[in-house]
Amino acid sequence: MAVIINDKTKILVQGMTGNQGQFHTGQMLAYGSKIIGGISPGKGGQSVQGVPVYDSLEQAMQAEPADASVIFIPARFVKESALEAMEAGIKTLVIITEHVPLHDALDLMAYAEKKGVQIVGPNTYGLISPGQCKIGIMPNRIFLPGSVGIVARSGTLSYEIVFQLTQAGIGQSSVVGLGGDRVVGLSFIDVLQKFEADPETEAVVLVGEIGGNAEEEAAQYIKSMKKPVVAFLAGKSAPPGKRMGHAGAIIERGKGTFASKAEALTAAGVKVASLPWEVSDLIKAAL
Amino acid sequence: MKMFEYMGKEVFAQFGLPVPKGRMVKSPDEAAQVAAEIGGPVVIKSQVLSGKRGKAGGIKFADNPEGAKAAAEELLGMTIQGLPVEILLVEEKLLIDKELYLSITIDGAAKKPVLIASAHGGMEIEEVAEEYMIKKHIEVELGMQDFIARDVVRRMGISFNSPHSQALVKLMNTLYKIFTEKDAELVEINPLVLSGDKVIAADAKVTIDDEALYRQPDLPRVEERTATEKAAHDLGLAFVELDGDIGVMANGAGITMGTLDTLTYYGGKPANFLDAGGGTGEEGTAKALELILARKPKSIIINIFGGITRCDDVARAFASVKKKMGMPVPVVIRLVGTNQEAGRAILKEVGIEAYDFMQDAAKKAVELANQKSEVGGQRSEGRGRKAEARGQRSERF
Repeated sequence: MAVIINDKTKILVQGMTGNQGQFHTGQMLAYGSKIIGGISPGKGGQSVQGVPVYDSLEQAMQAEPADASVIFIPARFVKESALEAMEAGIKTLVIITEHVPLHDALDLMAYAEKKGVQIVGPNTYGLISPGQCKIGIMPNRIFLPGSVGIVARSGTLSYEIVFQLTQAGIGQSSVVGLGGDRVVGLSFIDVLQKFEADPETEAVVLVGEIGGNAEEEAAQYIKSMKKPVVAFLAGKSAPPGKRMGHAGAIIERGKGTFASKAEALTAAGVKVASLPWEVSDLIKAAL
Repeated sequence: MKMFEYMGKEVFAQFGLPVPKGRMVKSPDEAAQVAAEIGGPVVIKSQVLSGKRGKAGGIKFADNPEGAKAAAEELLGMTIQGLPVEILLVEEKLLIDKELYLSITIDGAAKKPVLIASAHGGMEIEEVAEEYMIKKHIEVELGMQDFIARDVVRRMGISFNSPHSQALVKLMNTLYKIFTEKDAELVEINPLVLSGDKVIAADAKVTIDDEALYRQPDLPRVEERTATEKAAHDLGLAFVELDGDIGVMANGAGITMGTLDTLTYYGGKPANFLDAGGGTGEEGTAKALELILARKPKSIIINIFGGITRCDDVARAFASVKKKMGMPVPVVIRLVGTNQEAGRAILKEVGIEAYDFMQDAAKKAVELANQKSEVGGQRSEGRGRKAEARGQRSERF
């Protein structure tokens, strides 16, 4: 089972012949992901790591229909590439690229809703169902198949949490990176709903950070969940008014603070960690 | 990118959205000149990228050019929330019948633009009671439509028979056009003034999406960052100056925040936030270390969890910088993830054993920062031995 992707998911890579595209195609194949083609206009007929490259997504879909596509394309061309994928019938679209203009993201999300496409990202490391399938750029070796679902805004921070869990012998059912931008596809609530419904997932870790109110909104939904949820929130020590890397990671006008998020989550019955390594103990206690 | 009020109003004017008569000035003499051109009472407004400038005394009124000059002299010496006042906007003083609020921004949760309006403008929007706020999401495929704007006008309690209603509908259309065509994150008018039968934008707050600036060549550029923060940004690094003594470099905003939290937990004080991002080559790493060293930290922690970033790239860059420039303060490195073995081997060659766990590395960095500086010369030796002992933990991986 797991959520969104599994060992049957067939994947296309947009921008496969680029530096990142080539490297991560290799890494995904090494993990066992079923990559059936790549797209690079003008490079059709070539191959990367033994996988055929096509000139267009439609051509690739005619050769063999895919379930998902992952985008390694420079930011200013992401909108066009994503529309191409949605038009060709891709239903799960993972946008790794960062620095995508907000108005492009707004247009994409509106179109995705109309077409019934789930978008992960932009500015995400992707998602993985350990032991089955990886679509993204995370290091292969840190994951361990198991029953804890993880949903996060931040990439490397998720690796940190996964690393600490794996070291403690706690495996993961699926790990989903929502992306660090202000406008992204799947939300905390979307993924929490999938974990709640997934028989393989027994507990969930939500990895959040200061800024915005996504964690507060997630807390509202968590109240109705049966499965235990543990949260880690980054940015407890961040000064107000400073943008901490991510577009959304800023405490503005007293909103989006660690305290307000911790309070909302605690009220929803979530155990909140303020240091990454506290998560494994909280999960152990919850399982 | 936040724009100054006068820049926002220039954009408004280009799109035909009504703004008061006036101009930006940089000296008291210019202020007097503009006041003379306007010929009547004027308002002199400090141009700073901070709210609450009215309360801070950053807005003054004058009845004639001499008064405008005197007001400008006072304002140009001021600082508002730490920001020096260097630019003023001199405008006609409006006769205000009513103040409204209007803005369009992006609702990240709804993934849609949202128009926010209120008949209670003029004050900080956070102070307006929820029941007086009108929020309307806009479908990007539809864009702004007259029926949406008309309904907002109705909900503000403004009669369709008043001279203002048509002007407001037109203004909302224009504002949405500016929002989309200029890649804005926020366009805000507070207050939007009803004056006689006119509707005028008495203020303008416009923020442009940084990621879309490449396709907005006509917009002026505003630099909000400090010189160091700008240097970092140009290299693709996110850098924020903090006031502690431990230099920090990590890859990814979340883990960088987590590193700051961890240092703070162990009683340390971070000197900076530096997210080296997805892939920083040798030049970027060298520059990052230079930025960190410029803050004169007592120790440095490098926390790398390689995903798209490859550990060997970081290690190679660090080793090269260390060989070329030397390292005046002790550096603690945590290195795991993509190509971790290769990376660790490279670090070993320059005498550094990488840590597996960030908590161990953070604890060490705090310890080193809190040591007395006299023993500085001995530190790197001591670190090597201790790190070697911890190095055994790699076996578990």
